[in-house]
Amino acid sequence: MTERSVKVKMAEYGVVESPDQLITIGLGSCVGITLYDKYNKVGGMVHIMLPENRKGLKPAKYADTGIPLLIEEMENLGAKTNYLKAKIAGGAKMFSVSSKDSTLNVGERNVIKVKEVLKDLGIRILGEDTGANYGRTMKFFTDDGRVIITSHKTDDKEL
Amino acid sequence: MTEDIFRDLDEMQKDALREIGNIGAGNAATAFSQFLNRKIDMTVPSVEIMPISDVPEITGNIEEIVAGILLEVMGEAPASILFMIDKDSVEKLVGLVTDQEVNFDELDDIEISAVKEIGNIISGSYLNALNKMTNYNMIQSVPECAIDMAGAILSSSMIPLSKSSDHALLIKTQFIDGEEKIEGYFFLIPETGSLKKILEAIGFDLG
Repeated sequence: MTERSVKVKMAEYGVVESPDQLITIGLGSCVGITLYDKYNKVGGMVHIMLPENRKGLKPAKYADTGIPLLIEEMENLGAKTNYLKAKIAGGAKMFSVSSKDSTLNVGERNVIKVKEVLKDLGIRILGEDTGANYGRTMKFFTDDGRVIITSHKTDDKEL
Repeated sequence: MTEDIFRDLDEMQKDALREIGNIGAGNAATAFSQFLNRKIDMTVPSVEIMPISDVPEITGNIEEIVAGILLEVMGEAPASILFMIDKDSVEKLVGLVTDQEVNFDELDDIEISAVKEIGNIISGSYLNALNKMTNYNMIQSVPECAIDMAGAILSSSMIPLSKSSDHALLIKTQFIDGEEKIEGYFFLIPETGSLKKILEAIGFDLG
């Protein structure tokens, strides 16, 4: 069997069945969230940019609308919400100083909101690589649920 | 929706924005040339309108490690200015300024300051031209610098705009020094409301 590797762009999401892979490149202040149902072998990933969708814009761009959307799409492929486990990466502060505080902390605010949304949905976070000041690439292998984080600043990490 | 202005621009408005880019970048290229004491050319600016999801790939290599200098434009028409330079160009540019061999992977504080200063000079002269055309008094923040994946730099630079739009408009210019193959991308990224203000300031009646 040959597995596909599906690319997830910024403010978008992807869902696949095992053993396909999901990859998102260049997470800066954005946060990548993977969800995995290991019993039904369904994986999903969303690449959010901001915490809250207040203006009815593209759902996958935001933590509060992107995660529920991802779950819905995963359920369509046979996943069960109570089996889902999460891994998250990103939320960096790419630029060190800023005159606008809200821009400055968007990475951190993204991570906080993602955790809040997952907690409200009863989804546990099994692995996390967030914060700091560098960009990350996140690769999710749905054969066993592992997530590999690569960056320009550190060695590869497995979540 | 607020973002419609990005998609509904007519050709004449796009031409006007290109012309703003042209004058701004022309000013910047002159300042850049004077600073380096050599001739720096620029390409004709393009006005790029795209879904925000496509922005990280705008330079063609999302994973390439580059230097990104980001400045915020504050005042009547808030915007961001992003100047991106590739590895070889950073080494050549900083080498020209410091008169020393430069290793992109081990830039020290002084070399990073030189990179920021180059961004500062270029965006300052670009903004000057924009202020003259619009009669605005916009100022820029101190430059911030990140050495990282092009995609991570571009995505983080989109945050202010992304709060009110799923589409992005970027005025893109490339600077080129033929002899030394110095290449940089310069982006003016107006926030959604700013585009209307810029167009109105140069004579368009947008109702």
